Amino acid sequence: MTALPIPPGAAHDERSFWTTATTIKSWLVTTDHKRIGILYFVATTSMLFLGGIFAIIIRLEHLTPGPTIVSAETYNRLFTLHGVIMVWLYMIPSIPAGFGNFLVPLQIGATEVAFPRLNLASFYVYVIGAAVVIGSLFAGGVDTGWTFYAPYSARTPATVLPTLIGIFIVGCSTILGGINFIVTIHTMRLRGLGWMRMPLFTWTIYATSIIQILATPVLGIALTVIGLDHTFDWGLFDPARGGDPVLLQHLFWFYSHPAVYIMILPAMGVVSEVIPTFAHKNPYSYRAIVYSTLGIAFVGFLTWGHHMFVAGISRFDAAAFGLLSMLVAIFSAIKVFTWVGTLFRGSIELAVPLLYVFSFFFLFTFGGMTGVAVATMSLDVHWHDTYFVVAHFHFIMVGATFTAFLSAIHYWFPKVTGRLYARKPALVGWALVTLGFLVTFTPQFLLGNGGMPRRYYDDPVGFSVLHVISTMGSWLLTLGMFVVLGVIVHGVARGAKAGPNPWHSRSFEWRTASPPPKRNFVGPIDFNIGAYAYDVADEP
Amino acid sequence: MSADSDHFESVAQRAQAVRLALGVFLASETLLFTAILALVVGYRATWPEAFAFGVHHNTKVLGSINTVVLLTSSTSLAVALEMLRTGRRRVATALTLFTAACGVAFLAIKITEYEHHFAEGIYPGGRGAFFVAHPIAGLPAFWTLYFLATGFHGVHVLAGVGAVGYRAIRMPDATEIHRFEATALYWHFVDLVWLFLWPLFYLA
Repeated sequence: MTALPIPPGAAHDERSFWTTATTIKSWLVTTDHKRIGILYFVATTSMLFLGGIFAIIIRLEHLTPGPTIVSAETYNRLFTLHGVIMVWLYMIPSIPAGFGNFLVPLQIGATEVAFPRLNLASFYVYVIGAAVVIGSLFAGGVDTGWTFYAPYSARTPATVLPTLIGIFIVGCSTILGGINFIVTIHTMRLRGLGWMRMPLFTWTIYATSIIQILATPVLGIALTVIGLDHTFDWGLFDPARGGDPVLLQHLFWFYSHPAVYIMILPAMGVVSEVIPTFAHKNPYSYRAIVYSTLGIAFVGFLTWGHHMFVAGISRFDAAAFGLLSMLVAIFSAIKVFTWVGTLFRGSIELAVPLLYVFSFFFLFTFGGMTGVAVATMSLDVHWHDTYFVVAHFHFIMVGATFTAFLSAIHYWFPKVTGRLYARKPALVGWALVTLGFLVTFTPQFLLGNGGMPRRYYDDPVGFSVLHVISTMGSWLLTLGMFVVLGVIVHGVARGAKAGPNPWHSRSFEWRTASPPPKRNFVGPIDFNIGAYAYDVADEP
Repeated sequence: MSADSDHFESVAQRAQAVRLALGVFLASETLLFTAILALVVGYRATWPEAFAFGVHHNTKVLGSINTVVLLTSSTSLAVALEMLRTGRRRVATALTLFTAACGVAFLAIKITEYEHHFAEGIYPGGRGAFFVAHPIAGLPAFWTLYFLATGFHGVHVLAGVGAVGYRAIRMPDATEIHRFEATALYWHFVDLVWLFLWPLFYLA
């Protein structure tokens, strides 16, 4: 057997990346991918709580019909900012930029991403963009909804421009991050680590990065034109002046539909890591997961028209987009069956990360099947712009991503901090979050099917009971999130020492100390035993 | 650079990373301009007469001179790269500076064109005397898209002039030629975008 490879740049310093430098400045100017990942994690999680506050107020407003706590104008601004913050400032960067940054180099045996300074720059670009978006809140807020449909977005007296500029800046950060990951995965893999031996999470980051760099610029153009229409009255999407508002919808959804896969693919990557670890078994089919990941990334670019069935596109277009959208369900089903096949006859350990994956299963499968339903044109005409769609995308896009995010937090907690979280409170957190999510959004399917339109300030007669249940669910969810936050804070401060590999995972990131040393690895690494080789007796 | 790049195994690996990064970046840029072209093509299909009228009225001579200017600049930069590869650094520097100068000339001509449009009463958003004299449906869209597309392209030319100018001052040494290649690739890309805008807005 040939000598094991040493990753370029690996040093003999065994101290963890937390302790090599501890000043605030050392964090703010760090080029260490692990620290940048943590910076992203803190920033995006703060955005999650900010967007969550808006959601809580929105739900409170629906506790009673008619005015409850905010005015109708404020309500419009709240649901817009809730969407903008959750989509662009939390969900898109959370798993790829947070966990991806921390884990991808560890999973491919590199000591850094390809461009460490660019990595830090993308973080600050994100911070600037986020600050501008939040600043727009104080400039009066936006009331267009996160979709910025014309011609209203061009005519509204609200200050649209700062929000658009903020999202544009965040988009630049997304592109820079995507470039860095693609190049890192192509060029920085440890000598001898082939593509088809890479851990599955890294594969999903790769697919997501491709979507990021190809879809985001189109959003940039759409937002630029909306900004020019609103500020200088260019009227490019104004039907009164010959403009075509549907063209804007095409551009917007060409980005915003693939953006859903920017969120969900890394979530699927988390699931693909957690399941083999806690089933102590190889994935049922590694290749099926890899190819379905790439398949979703590709087909995701061909489905955007299903958002526009009632916008005046032709019946042929609608049917074509509907069918193409259903292809996503096929790839997703391949994944779900592969995951279940992995669990089958595994030696399953019901750890908290795996329980979150079970929540993911339910939300993803149920949300996915309602997705096939709304991709059917005749059904969508009934459900379009109702709470049914709200419930659908909160199940699949938010619920699945969010439960995978929480699973990732618990799963990699020992990797990042070197400590263990307290299991029982974490179980309580899981139960509350899952229950809260279901109680919040299941009634919204019924509301929408009954005809309750989305984005309405007032509730038509007869919907009150379901709205009240949904609002109470949001309180449970909030409570659960604070329990999870408590578990994390307690674990960081007081958690028991975890050792390098508390889950006995075979995946590559666990083959170094937890927390890892500053240069990730000390000395040569043995990646000869595969990342999912649970059939090999010895732990690597 | 060295302290920051010891995570690469070799200069060759770093060069590969830089090349790939630029390729990926240009793929992203391609989609940026594709989005603009999608708008142009979409509105052109809706208002063929207005677009034909707009093209007919555009500053065809200046626009075509600009095409020649950009193609010349790209050629000189390609030759500069070859000179750099064969070690003739002074010629390479001179040609790189010439490329940057061509970029400046392009922008100067472009601004002259804009002034010409403004003098005629053509402003984005369908404002100005021109649109009162020619009340053709879809004509405002043609000119608005013209300003949008050439504006975005102009910003890219400006960035390219900065990048090429920087390369002329800081010529990379023999092991760092991939940096020059990256700059050159970007410049060629900006040139290529113009080769789409020129026929769409000036020729037909």
